[in-house]
Amino acid sequence: MSAPDRADVRLPPVTQVGMLSLAMIVAGGIYLSSHIPDHVSLAPAIILLAGSALLLAGNLLALSRVESFAWDRFFDIARWALLAYLIIAGMIEYAFLRNNLSGGPLVVLTLSLLVFAVHVPVLIAFTVARFAES
Amino acid sequence: MASAAVTAPGGATGETAELAPPRPDFQIVPRAGVPIVAVVLALLIVGIAVNELWPLTFLHVVGGAAWTVIDLFLGFVLGPIIGRMSIPARVEFTTRLMPKMVLIMPTVVTVTLAAGWQLATKLGNTQTSYALHGWIVASYIVVGIMAVIALGLLEPANIAVLVEMKKPRPNPEVIERLMKRFIYTAGATGLMQVATFVIMTKLASG
Repeated sequence: MSAPDRADVRLPPVTQVGMLSLAMIVAGGIYLSSHIPDHVSLAPAIILLAGSALLLAGNLLALSRVESFAWDRFFDIARWALLAYLIIAGMIEYAFLRNNLSGGPLVVLTLSLLVFAVHVPVLIAFTVARFAES
Repeated sequence: MASAAVTAPGGATGETAELAPPRPDFQIVPRAGVPIVAVVLALLIVGIAVNELWPLTFLHVVGGAAWTVIDLFLGFVLGPIIGRMSIPARVEFTTRLMPKMVLIMPTVVTVTLAAGWQLATKLGNTQTSYALHGWIVASYIVVGIMAVIALGLLEPANIAVLVEMKKPRPNPEVIERLMKRFIYTAGATGLMQVATFVIMTKLASG
Protein backbone atom coordinates (compact mmCIF):
# COMPACT_ATOMS: atom_id res chain seq x y z
CA MET A 1 0.00 0.00 0.00
CA SER A 2 1.41 3.39 -0.97
CA ALA A 3 1.84 6.30 1.44
CA PRO A 4 -1.13 8.37 0.23
CA ASP A 5 -3.30 5.28 0.36
CA ARG A 6 -2.25 4.65 3.92
CA ALA A 7 -3.18 8.21 4.85
CA ASP A 8 -6.66 7.53 3.50
CA VAL A 9 -7.14 4.37 5.59
CA ARG A 10 -9.59 5.03 8.37
CA LEU A 11 -7.48 5.22 11.49
CA PRO A 12 -8.63 5.70 15.07
CA PRO A 13 -8.25 9.26 16.43
CA VAL A 14 -5.00 8.40 18.19
CA THR A 15 -3.61 11.94 18.15
CA GLN A 16 -6.78 13.57 19.46
CA VAL A 17 -7.20 10.96 22.20
CA GLY A 18 -3.52 11.23 23.05
CA MET A 19 -3.74 14.99 23.43
CA LEU A 20 -6.76 14.63 25.70
CA SER A 21 -4.83 12.10 27.77
CA LEU A 22 -1.84 14.45 28.04
CA ALA A 23 -4.15 17.34 28.95
CA MET A 24 -5.58 15.28 31.82
CA ILE A 25 -2.09 14.47 33.09
CA VAL A 26 -1.11 18.13 32.90
CA ALA A 27 -4.31 19.21 34.66
CA GLY A 28 -3.64 16.76 37.48
CA GLY A 29 -0.07 18.00 37.81
CA ILE A 30 -1.19 21.63 37.90
CA TYR A 31 -3.83 20.81 40.51
CA LEU A 32 -1.27 19.19 42.82
CA SER A 33 1.49 21.74 42.18
CA SER A 34 -0.76 24.72 42.81
CA HIS A 35 -1.65 23.51 46.33
CA ILE A 36 1.87 22.98 47.68
CA PRO A 37 2.47 22.65 50.63
CA ASP A 38 -1.15 22.62 51.77
CA HIS A 39 -2.91 19.34 52.37
CA VAL A 40 -4.99 18.65 49.35
CA SER A 41 -7.33 15.88 48.32
CA LEU A 42 -5.67 13.52 45.86
CA ALA A 43 -9.00 12.40 44.44
CA PRO A 44 -9.17 14.85 41.48
CA ALA A 45 -5.58 14.06 40.48
CA ILE A 46 -6.20 10.30 40.77
CA ILE A 47 -9.36 10.57 38.66
CA LEU A 48 -7.48 12.53 36.00
CA LEU A 49 -4.60 10.04 36.07
CA ALA A 50 -6.95 7.06 35.79
CA GLY A 51 -8.79 8.73 32.91
CA SER A 52 -5.53 9.47 31.16
CA ALA A 53 -4.28 5.90 31.61
CA LEU A 54 -7.58 4.55 30.28
CA LEU A 55 -7.28 6.76 27.20
CA LEU A 56 -3.75 5.44 26.66
CA ALA A 57 -5.00 1.86 26.91
CA GLY A 58 -7.91 2.67 24.62
CA ASN A 59 -5.57 4.24 22.11
CA LEU A 60 -3.34 1.17 22.01
CA LEU A 61 -6.34 -1.15 21.77
CA ALA A 62 -7.91 0.83 18.93
CA LEU A 63 -4.59 0.95 17.11
CA SER A 64 -4.03 -2.80 17.50
CA ARG A 65 -7.26 -3.43 15.60
CA VAL A 66 -6.19 -1.49 12.53
CA GLU A 67 -5.55 -3.82 9.66
CA SER A 68 -2.20 -3.65 7.87
CA PHE A 69 -0.70 -1.02 10.14
CA ALA A 70 3.06 -0.46 9.76
CA TRP A 71 3.96 -1.99 13.11
CA ASP A 72 7.63 -2.46 12.23
CA ARG A 73 7.99 1.26 11.61
CA PHE A 74 5.85 2.03 14.67
CA PHE A 75 8.04 0.03 17.05
CA ASP A 76 11.23 1.21 15.37
CA ILE A 77 10.34 4.81 16.18
CA ALA A 78 8.56 4.12 19.47
CA ARG A 79 11.51 2.44 21.19
CA TRP A 80 13.88 5.36 20.60
CA ALA A 81 11.23 7.92 21.48
CA LEU A 82 10.46 5.92 24.62
CA LEU A 83 14.13 6.04 25.62
CA ALA A 84 14.22 9.82 25.09
CA TYR A 85 11.02 10.48 27.02
CA LEU A 86 12.00 8.14 29.86
CA ILE A 87 15.14 10.29 30.26
CA ILE A 88 13.02 13.45 30.29
CA ALA A 89 10.56 11.91 32.76
CA GLY A 90 13.51 10.82 34.88
CA MET A 91 14.80 14.39 35.03
CA ILE A 92 11.42 15.64 36.21
CA GLU A 93 11.18 12.82 38.75
CA TYR A 94 14.63 13.75 40.00
CA ALA A 95 13.43 17.32 40.58
CA PHE A 96 10.46 15.98 42.60
CA LEU A 97 12.68 13.77 44.74
CA ARG A 98 15.24 16.52 45.24
CA ASN A 99 12.47 18.60 46.79
CA ASN A 100 11.48 15.82 49.19
CA LEU A 101 8.15 15.14 47.57
CA SER A 102 6.74 11.99 49.13
CA GLY A 103 3.64 9.98 49.86
CA GLY A 104 0.50 10.13 47.75
CA PRO A 105 1.47 13.15 45.62
CA LEU A 106 4.78 11.48 44.67
CA VAL A 107 2.98 8.27 43.64
CA VAL A 108 0.39 10.16 41.58
CA LEU A 109 2.98 12.35 39.88
CA THR A 110 5.30 9.39 39.19
CA LEU A 111 2.50 7.41 37.59
CA SER A 112 1.52 10.52 35.63
CA LEU A 113 5.08 10.78 34.34
CA LEU A 114 4.93 7.12 33.33
CA VAL A 115 1.76 7.68 31.29
CA PHE A 116 3.39 10.76 29.74
CA ALA A 117 6.58 8.85 28.91
CA VAL A 118 4.61 6.12 27.15
CA HIS A 119 1.93 8.17 25.43
CA VAL A 120 4.19 10.73 23.74
CA PRO A 121 6.26 8.01 21.99
CA VAL A 122 3.00 6.36 20.92
CA LEU A 123 1.89 9.64 19.33
CA ILE A 124 5.25 10.13 17.58
CA ALA A 125 5.40 6.54 16.34
CA PHE A 126 1.77 6.64 15.19
CA THR A 127 2.30 9.85 13.21
CA VAL A 128 5.30 8.28 11.48
CA ALA A 129 3.78 4.83 10.92
CA ARG A 130 0.50 6.10 9.46
CA PHE A 131 2.43 7.32 6.43
CA ALA A 132 4.65 4.26 6.16
CA GLU A 133 4.10 1.28 3.94
CA SER A 134 2.83 -1.66 5.93
CA MET B 1 6.09 20.23 -10.30
CA ALA B 2 5.93 20.08 -6.56
CA SER B 3 5.68 16.34 -6.67
CA ALA B 4 8.51 16.00 -9.13
CA ALA B 5 10.76 18.30 -7.19
CA VAL B 6 10.48 16.35 -4.00
CA THR B 7 10.56 12.87 -5.46
CA ALA B 8 13.36 13.57 -7.87
CA PRO B 9 16.28 12.52 -5.63
CA GLY B 10 14.77 9.09 -5.27
CA GLY B 11 13.92 8.33 -8.81
CA ALA B 12 12.29 11.01 -10.95
CA THR B 13 13.59 11.03 -14.44
CA GLY B 14 14.44 13.47 -17.18
CA GLU B 15 13.70 17.14 -16.89
CA THR B 16 12.18 17.09 -13.42
CA ALA B 17 15.20 15.37 -11.94
CA GLU B 18 17.47 18.01 -13.41
CA LEU B 19 15.33 20.80 -11.95
CA ALA B 20 15.39 19.41 -8.43
CA PRO B 21 18.45 19.96 -6.26
CA PRO B 22 19.90 16.86 -4.61
CA ARG B 23 18.26 16.20 -1.26
CA PRO B 24 21.01 16.59 1.36
CA ASP B 25 21.77 13.48 3.33
CA PHE B 26 20.88 13.87 6.99
CA GLN B 27 20.43 12.04 10.25
CA ILE B 28 16.97 12.24 11.86
CA VAL B 29 18.69 12.61 15.23
CA PRO B 30 22.06 14.30 14.60
CA ARG B 31 24.49 12.09 16.51
CA ALA B 32 27.04 14.88 16.80
CA GLY B 33 24.56 16.82 18.93
CA VAL B 34 23.88 14.03 21.43
CA PRO B 35 27.03 14.68 23.54
CA ILE B 36 26.09 18.36 23.74
CA VAL B 37 22.63 17.42 25.00
CA ALA B 38 24.23 15.07 27.52
CA VAL B 39 26.46 17.88 28.82
CA VAL B 40 23.50 20.27 29.12
CA LEU B 41 21.44 17.67 31.00
CA ALA B 42 24.43 16.95 33.26
CA LEU B 43 24.65 20.68 34.03
CA LEU B 44 20.96 20.63 34.87
CA ILE B 45 21.41 17.71 37.29
CA VAL B 46 24.34 19.47 38.95
CA GLY B 47 22.41 22.74 39.08
CA ILE B 48 19.47 21.10 40.82
CA ALA B 49 21.76 19.11 43.13
CA VAL B 50 23.74 22.14 44.35
CA ASN B 51 20.51 24.16 44.58
CA GLU B 52 22.29 27.50 44.37
CA LEU B 53 20.55 30.63 43.13
CA TRP B 54 22.91 31.57 40.29
CA PRO B 55 23.13 28.23 38.43
CA LEU B 56 19.39 27.70 38.68
CA THR B 57 18.64 31.23 37.48
CA PHE B 58 21.16 30.83 34.67
CA LEU B 59 19.67 27.54 33.46
CA HIS B 60 16.09 28.77 33.76
CA VAL B 61 16.66 32.14 32.09
CA VAL B 62 18.92 30.86 29.30
CA GLY B 63 16.67 27.86 28.62
CA GLY B 64 13.53 29.97 28.77
CA ALA B 65 14.98 32.66 26.51
CA ALA B 66 16.03 30.05 23.93
CA TRP B 67 12.62 28.34 24.07
CA THR B 68 10.72 31.61 23.71
CA VAL B 69 12.89 33.05 20.96
CA ILE B 70 12.90 29.83 18.93
CA ASP B 71 9.11 29.48 19.17
CA LEU B 72 8.47 33.10 18.20
CA PHE B 73 11.09 33.18 15.45
CA LEU B 74 9.96 29.89 13.95
CA GLY B 75 6.27 30.67 14.17
CA PHE B 76 6.26 34.26 12.99
CA VAL B 77 9.46 34.81 10.98
CA LEU B 78 10.77 31.53 9.56
CA GLY B 79 7.34 29.91 9.16
CA PRO B 80 5.96 32.44 6.66
CA ILE B 81 9.31 32.53 4.84
CA ILE B 82 9.36 28.73 4.49
CA GLY B 83 5.79 28.84 3.24
CA ARG B 84 6.80 31.11 0.36
CA MET B 85 9.92 29.14 -0.62
CA SER B 86 10.02 26.93 -3.70
CA ILE B 87 9.51 23.26 -2.91
CA PRO B 88 13.17 22.29 -3.54
CA ALA B 89 14.41 25.15 -1.37
CA ARG B 90 11.89 24.20 1.31
CA VAL B 91 13.05 20.58 1.23
CA GLU B 92 16.70 21.57 1.56
CA PHE B 93 16.00 24.06 4.35
CA THR B 94 13.81 21.58 6.21
CA THR B 95 16.35 18.77 6.05
CA ARG B 96 18.90 21.09 7.63
CA LEU B 97 16.64 22.66 10.26
CA MET B 98 14.37 19.91 11.52
CA PRO B 99 16.99 17.38 12.73
CA LYS B 100 18.49 20.08 14.93
CA MET B 101 15.05 20.86 16.34
CA VAL B 102 14.66 17.21 17.36
CA LEU B 103 17.49 17.68 19.85
CA ILE B 104 17.20 21.36 20.71
CA MET B 105 13.55 21.71 21.71
CA PRO B 106 13.14 18.79 24.15
CA THR B 107 16.45 19.75 25.79
CA VAL B 108 15.60 23.43 26.10
CA VAL B 109 12.12 22.70 27.45
CA THR B 110 13.37 20.14 29.99
CA VAL B 111 16.11 22.48 31.26
CA THR B 112 13.75 25.46 31.51
CA LEU B 113 11.02 23.63 33.36
CA ALA B 114 13.18 21.56 35.72
CA ALA B 115 15.45 24.50 36.64
CA GLY B 116 12.41 26.78 36.90
CA TRP B 117 10.61 24.45 39.27
CA GLN B 118 13.73 24.09 41.44
CA LEU B 119 14.29 27.85 41.43
CA ALA B 120 10.68 28.60 42.35
CA THR B 121 10.82 26.01 45.14
CA LYS B 122 14.06 27.49 46.50
CA LEU B 123 12.59 30.99 46.48
CA GLY B 124 9.32 29.81 48.03
CA ASN B 125 7.34 30.91 44.98
CA THR B 126 5.53 27.60 44.68
CA GLN B 127 3.98 28.01 48.14
CA THR B 128 0.32 28.99 48.30
CA SER B 129 1.33 31.75 50.72
CA TYR B 130 3.41 33.50 48.03
CA ALA B 131 1.84 36.85 47.18
CA LEU B 132 1.86 36.22 43.43
CA HIS B 133 0.79 32.60 43.66
CA GLY B 134 -2.00 33.18 41.16
CA TRP B 135 0.57 34.24 38.58
CA ILE B 136 2.61 31.11 39.28
CA VAL B 137 -0.46 28.94 38.70
CA ALA B 138 -1.14 30.90 35.51
CA SER B 139 2.38 30.03 34.34
CA TYR B 140 1.68 26.33 35.03
CA ILE B 141 -1.45 26.55 32.88
CA VAL B 142 0.31 28.32 29.99
CA VAL B 143 3.21 25.87 30.05
CA GLY B 144 0.76 22.98 30.33
CA ILE B 145 -1.13 24.06 27.21
CA MET B 146 2.12 24.59 25.32
CA ALA B 147 3.35 21.15 26.43
CA VAL B 148 0.21 19.39 25.19
CA ILE B 149 0.41 21.16 21.81
CA ALA B 150 4.15 20.55 21.47
CA LEU B 151 4.10 16.91 22.58
CA GLY B 152 0.89 15.92 20.86
CA LEU B 153 1.27 17.73 17.53
CA LEU B 154 4.57 19.50 17.00
CA GLU B 155 7.10 16.85 17.99
CA PRO B 156 5.36 13.97 16.15
CA ALA B 157 5.13 16.14 13.01
CA ASN B 158 8.81 17.02 13.31
CA ILE B 159 9.89 13.37 13.47
CA ALA B 160 7.40 12.21 10.84
CA VAL B 161 8.47 14.78 8.26
CA LEU B 162 12.10 13.73 8.71
CA VAL B 163 11.28 10.04 8.35
CA GLU B 164 9.27 10.84 5.23
CA MET B 165 12.18 12.80 3.77
CA LYS B 166 14.52 9.88 4.45
CA LYS B 167 12.48 7.64 2.17
CA PRO B 168 13.86 6.98 -1.33
CA ARG B 169 10.67 8.49 -2.76
CA PRO B 170 9.24 10.95 -0.24
CA ASN B 171 5.62 11.92 -0.68
CA PRO B 172 5.34 15.72 -1.13
CA GLU B 173 1.71 15.75 0.04
CA VAL B 174 2.66 14.10 3.31
CA ILE B 175 5.58 16.50 3.80
CA GLU B 176 3.39 19.49 3.01
CA ARG B 177 0.73 18.35 5.44
CA LEU B 178 3.19 17.67 8.25
CA MET B 179 5.13 20.89 7.69
CA LYS B 180 1.90 22.91 7.87
CA ARG B 181 1.09 21.19 11.13
CA PHE B 182 4.59 21.94 12.43
CA ILE B 183 4.53 25.61 11.46
CA TYR B 184 0.97 26.23 12.72
CA THR B 185 1.66 24.58 16.06
CA ALA B 186 4.94 26.50 16.37
CA GLY B 187 2.93 29.69 15.74
CA ALA B 188 0.37 28.68 18.38
CA THR B 189 3.04 28.02 20.98
CA GLY B 190 4.68 31.29 19.90
CA LEU B 191 1.46 33.11 20.79
CA MET B 192 1.39 31.35 24.15
CA GLN B 193 4.94 32.58 24.71
CA VAL B 194 3.59 36.14 24.72
CA ALA B 195 1.55 35.13 27.78
CA THR B 196 4.75 33.69 29.27
CA PHE B 197 6.44 37.08 28.80
CA VAL B 198 3.62 38.83 30.67
CA ILE B 199 3.69 36.35 33.55
CA MET B 200 7.46 36.12 33.93
CA THR B 201 8.04 39.87 33.82
CA LYS B 202 5.30 40.30 36.44
CA LEU B 203 6.91 37.67 38.66
CA ALA B 204 10.37 39.21 38.22
CA SER B 205 9.17 42.73 39.04
CA GLY B 206 6.97 41.67 41.98
